[in-house]
Amino acid sequence: MGKPSDLVQGTLDLLILKTLSIEGRHGWAIAKRIQQISGEVLQVQQGSLYPALHRLEQQGWIKAKWAESETGRQAKFYSLTAAGRKQLDSETTHWARLSGAINLVVQES
Amino acid sequence: MRWLHKFFMQWQMLIHRGRAGKQLQDELQFHLEQQIAENESAGMSREAARRAALRGFGNPATLRDQARDTWSWHGLELFLGDVRFGIRTLVRTPGFSVLAILVMGLGIGANVALFTVVHSVLLKPLPFKNQDRLVRLYEADSKGAMQDNVLAGGTFASWQAQARSFEGMAVKKGIDYNLSGSGGQLPELAHAQQASWNIFQLLGVDAAVGRVFLSNDDRRDANPTVILNWGLWKRRFGGDPAVIGKTILLDARPFTVIGVLPAWFSYPDPNVQLWTPIYHERSPQVMSMHTAHNLDAVARLKPGVTIDQATAELNTIQRQIRRQFPNGPVNDAANIRPILDAEVFRLKTGLYAMFAATGCLLLIACLNIANLLVARAATRRKETAVRTALGGSRARLIRGQVIESIVLSVAGGSLGLAFAQTALLWLVHARQDIPRADSIHIDGIVVLFTMGVMLVCGLVAGLIPALSSNDKQILRTLQESSRSYSGAKGGVRLRRVLLGLQVGLTVVLLTSAGLLLKTYTRLRSVDIGCATHDVLTMEINLPKGSYNTPAKIVTFYEQLVDRVRQLPGARAVAVGTILPGEGHQRDDVFTIREHPALPKGQVLDASTYFADPGYFNAMQIPLLQGRLFEADERLDRSSEVIVNQDFVRQFLKGENPLGKHIKAELVEVAEADTGLEIVGVVADTLENVSGAPVPIVYYPFYSGTQRSATLVIRTTTAPSGMALPAQQAIAGIDPGLAVANVLTMDQILGQSTIGASFDATLLLAFAVISLVLAAVGLFGVLSYIVAQRKAEIGIRIALGAQRPQVMRLMLRDGLQPALSGLVLGLIAATAVGQLIRSMLYGTRALDPAVYVVVSATLLITAILACALPAWRASRLDPMTALRME
Repeated sequence: MGKPSDLVQGTLDLLILKTLSIEGRHGWAIAKRIQQISGEVLQVQQGSLYPALHRLEQQGWIKAKWAESETGRQAKFYSLTAAGRKQLDSETTHWARLSGAINLVVQES
Repeated sequence: MRWLHKFFMQWQMLIHRGRAGKQLQDELQFHLEQQIAENESAGMSREAARRAALRGFGNPATLRDQARDTWSWHGLELFLGDVRFGIRTLVRTPGFSVLAILVMGLGIGANVALFTVVHSVLLKPLPFKNQDRLVRLYEADSKGAMQDNVLAGGTFASWQAQARSFEGMAVKKGIDYNLSGSGGQLPELAHAQQASWNIFQLLGVDAAVGRVFLSNDDRRDANPTVILNWGLWKRRFGGDPAVIGKTILLDARPFTVIGVLPAWFSYPDPNVQLWTPIYHERSPQVMSMHTAHNLDAVARLKPGVTIDQATAELNTIQRQIRRQFPNGPVNDAANIRPILDAEVFRLKTGLYAMFAATGCLLLIACLNIANLLVARAATRRKETAVRTALGGSRARLIRGQVIESIVLSVAGGSLGLAFAQTALLWLVHARQDIPRADSIHIDGIVVLFTMGVMLVCGLVAGLIPALSSNDKQILRTLQESSRSYSGAKGGVRLRRVLLGLQVGLTVVLLTSAGLLLKTYTRLRSVDIGCATHDVLTMEINLPKGSYNTPAKIVTFYEQLVDRVRQLPGARAVAVGTILPGEGHQRDDVFTIREHPALPKGQVLDASTYFADPGYFNAMQIPLLQGRLFEADERLDRSSEVIVNQDFVRQFLKGENPLGKHIKAELVEVAEADTGLEIVGVVADTLENVSGAPVPIVYYPFYSGTQRSATLVIRTTTAPSGMALPAQQAIAGIDPGLAVANVLTMDQILGQSTIGASFDATLLLAFAVISLVLAAVGLFGVLSYIVAQRKAEIGIRIALGAQRPQVMRLMLRDGLQPALSGLVLGLIAATAVGQLIRSMLYGTRALDPAVYVVVSATLLITAILACALPAWRASRLDPMTALRME
């Protein structure tokens, strides 16, 4: 596996927030989920995932709590905060505008 | 709300940093386990699953660091880690650390102490409102011969009436009053100021209790009033506000206390005890003369008026006055100085020179520590290389080193601050002649300065060695086999350069100290023309009220001299107004009756001394011609004067001075206006030790017009033992009299050279310290080189090199930086010599003796410092040296 499919700068935050909007998950599950939903196209490297999770936590958009995982081991579960939900909305809108615009340009030529 | 959350998160992070680190570790471990489990379920063996997971995971340490990077306190965390690491490293080498902290403490301490003095004395504004508009006014000479003459009363009146550049103008004059004792207290001689009533308004000072002078108080016919300084009020009147309206006796005359000045007010100096109104105290005649210069003028410029404009205006007025009075000592120009500058300009060169010297000392200390750190960096090359190879970034490594040296300099600086505090206490005690000494203390600005100095020192000492290693070397270090026969050349070269600089600075300090020391010994060995050993002096000031006729004054002093002469141990006793070496006190214009009238505008001027018949014998000033005063030439019969050699040289060259007559209208001797006969010529004495002889006229003291005088006792025993009996003799005649300044002649001369002695001593101390530091540096570098080249030396010896040869080789290695430093230093010293030329006396800035002695001292020190390591190198046993590697 070469470099991970380059995520557009800043979209990782959006993906994480979106993934967490359904239910709280731990880091591994978040990465897995993104990978599955994207049809194995988007590979989230640990090197990007954990710094991003910690950054979002520091920002107050997600919160973490330690709970038992499906295997019975203690794991750190992340979930959206109210502020995170708002952030997700604004980032989604932003993304829609951006990707729509890019599409227009790409299809025109 | 979000900011609250963020704040909470950050707070949590700050407190639970340790737990958060563990949790992160745990979280990543969980991820890894999940991956392994997934791989296993995909059919891999346990071992293969683990390895694949680890491979995909990347460097766990880096990952951890990246995650931690997003935490709020990460920078602080790293910094604290570095500080902890630095402290641990320093504690592991206590010898080095203690030495470095001491060196740094000494450098910073000296620097901070001098900064405090410069800041408090030269820079800190006087505590007056809009003090930038306050100035001192002087009469001056348009040809530039005299710039800072004090004002005559008439001149002040003219300026005050005519000048438009000023908001106000006031005068003051220092004087001593005999403050009579009351309620069982002893009488004392109180330093006081007579001032025009508006001086406090002008300075913007109000009374703390009572009121300041009004214009009504400042008239000849007003009721006598006095204002007390805070210190006197507390000390003598118990700080009782009821003192207002009470009467105190000054010179046996009653004065009403009208006010007390605030505690912070210490202008012009903290010794002033009280103030009286000058126009009440001095006759209208004196206050309107243009020839009697004795007033200090203070003025406040109008907003927007520059000093140049004001000077131009005063010059015009003063030129006009000169045209009006073409004869007599009337100046023809004016000079203005900012008030602070006027107080301290004489000290500037000395203080700035000392400050610069401490700067040099500090730089030397920094270089020394940088040098030691380079040596340490060299021994830690392997450690550095390994850390770099493991992924430590260069910036991080440099930061570590710099933080280590900042830790050193902070420790040193704290020590230095304590050291400076002690040094300042000593300095204020030792140099009571410094104006504003009472304002010298460590304040916020000084602490800020100290912190700045610490930071700069840490950076300088840390960056030099840190930047000297680069990435390319690191690889080489790792590849280098342990059998390296020539040590790292780069570090050695850098250390040599540092040493050269250090030696150069030391040479500059040594040379300056040498020049000042020579100046001082020159000053102390000046023969001022009179007895200086075993001479005790004390000042007596008879109060105006009870000694109101010449007869009373003469009777008192004759009685006093007679009684003191009876004391055992007294060899000769006399009274006079001024002693040699006390500085210039008074001069008066005169004419010589036998000479034709001088052209208009020209005057003769000589210093005015009053002496009794025994003065010349007691002071051992030889009589060259004629005779001395005689005992019966007193009161109305005193119409003779004695002059000194320089007087004859200047005014009566080639003539017989005896029998000539001097007319000096302003001198208070009965027949001074018709002519006083010159009856004797005595040898020259010096008014200032650093000055040339000036013409002096000795008027008869027993004419009885001088109430203040100095009693001189030449003793057969230690002069200080005579102080008490003499004071008892004075009290025996008049118990109400106060005596001031009981000093030996040696002390008087010591006071006049205190500045020179202080500068020389201090600079010498700095120079010696830096010499020691340079020697330590040389010793260290050469020892290091020897240790580095042990194997090489062993091979040389094994191959047949002679031991003296080896020693010469190593000596040359060590002396090379010393020599280049010496040359560098000598060049710089010649420039510095020019800068401090104004501080030198009887010594040329390029004094060859000083340069030779300095060079010799430095070379000998350098050779001594290098001898031991070089000798050790030559004693090296080739077998052990070769086996050791």
